[in-house]
Amino acid sequence: MMHKRKLAVLAAIAALAGATAVMAGPRDDILAGYAAEAGVTAFDAAAGKALFTGTHTGGKPETPSCTTCHTGNLTGPGKTRAGKVIEPMAVSANPQRFTDPAKVEKWFGRNCRSVLGRECSAKEKGDVITWLSSL
Amino acid sequence: MANILPGSLRAASLSLALAAGFASAATAEEGEGVYFGAVTDPTVKQECSACHMAFSAGMLPASSWTAILGDLSNHFGEDASLDDKTTAAIRDWLTGNAAQPSRWMTNAADGGDTPMRITETTWWTRVHNGEVNPAAFDNPRVGSRANCAACHRGAEQGFFGEE
Ligand code: HEC
Repeated sequence: MMHKRKLAVLAAIAALAGATAVMAGPRDDILAGYAAEAGVTAFDAAAGKALFTGTHTGGKPETPSCTTCHTGNLTGPGKTRAGKVIEPMAVSANPQRFTDPAKVEKWFGRNCRSVLGRECSAKEKGDVITWLSSL
Repeated sequence: MANILPGSLRAASLSLALAAGFASAATAEEGEGVYFGAVTDPTVKQECSACHMAFSAGMLPASSWTAILGDLSNHFGEDASLDDKTTAAIRDWLTGNAAQPSRWMTNAADGGDTPMRITETTWWTRVHNGEVNPAAFDNPRVGSRANCAACHRGAEQGFFGEE
């Protein structure tokens, strides 16, 4: 609801300004931030897929993979260990994904520590978002 | 729901538990269920419902909430860390609305007064064990003992009926 209104306002501003330049959305801003932090100019979707779908051993035994909760079907819903539905991760199925920087950071933090037993690097975060945006 | 819960909770077991003073914050509605209180704080509601339902504060004593909020990076097999300010706010609300300590709010296995899981409390085991077929919790539609709402329609509102 709020999101729609925000988009409408943004669209109106863009129209008023007669903006011709492509507007960078919040997801592009988040990716640009990670690129700057990692010192790279492009992200690697295949590496993002490998991290996300791979089985890891460094983290908690209950969560060996990102797919433990998000499942291998990223355009479909996932499920937490407590049985709660998680909205799809693929941007094509859920355009809200990766648009709130604080939310993105909070969950990369928690989930990378749970699954990998460490923080994800800026490069890894960018790779994952790039892959999930390409599905 | 009948296919998930072969035996329905007996009115007697809940009323008995209540009569014995379990969950002073809870009120019985003609022996048909228990009202634990809904989570009304917006921060608690939002943060504590991302992975599971926001459990009523009155389901555990304050010491349990303090212990749980004190170790969010090891939260039942997951890292559920929050910043210090949010963690403190959630802890304050949950402990402020917690159950009074009582023999129903103990750990069923060892009698300790700081149960770490709702499902290991004396009251929880008392009303579920022998009443609910353990296989029901493995039903894909339930998935976990933490999924109260799979069987208790009013769970999100803090009401737990016999269904
Ligand atoms: C224990 C279950 C679980 C595991 C394992 C898990 N996630 Fe998540 N993830 C969640 C939940 C719950 C949310 C928050 C609900 C939502 O956003 O729909 C979430 C949200 C996210 C978000 C925020 C998305 C957004 O909209 O901004 C990112 C990023 C994310 N997860 C990445 C990962 C990565 C990467 C892994 C593996 C390293 C992983 N997750 C493993 C449960 C999990």
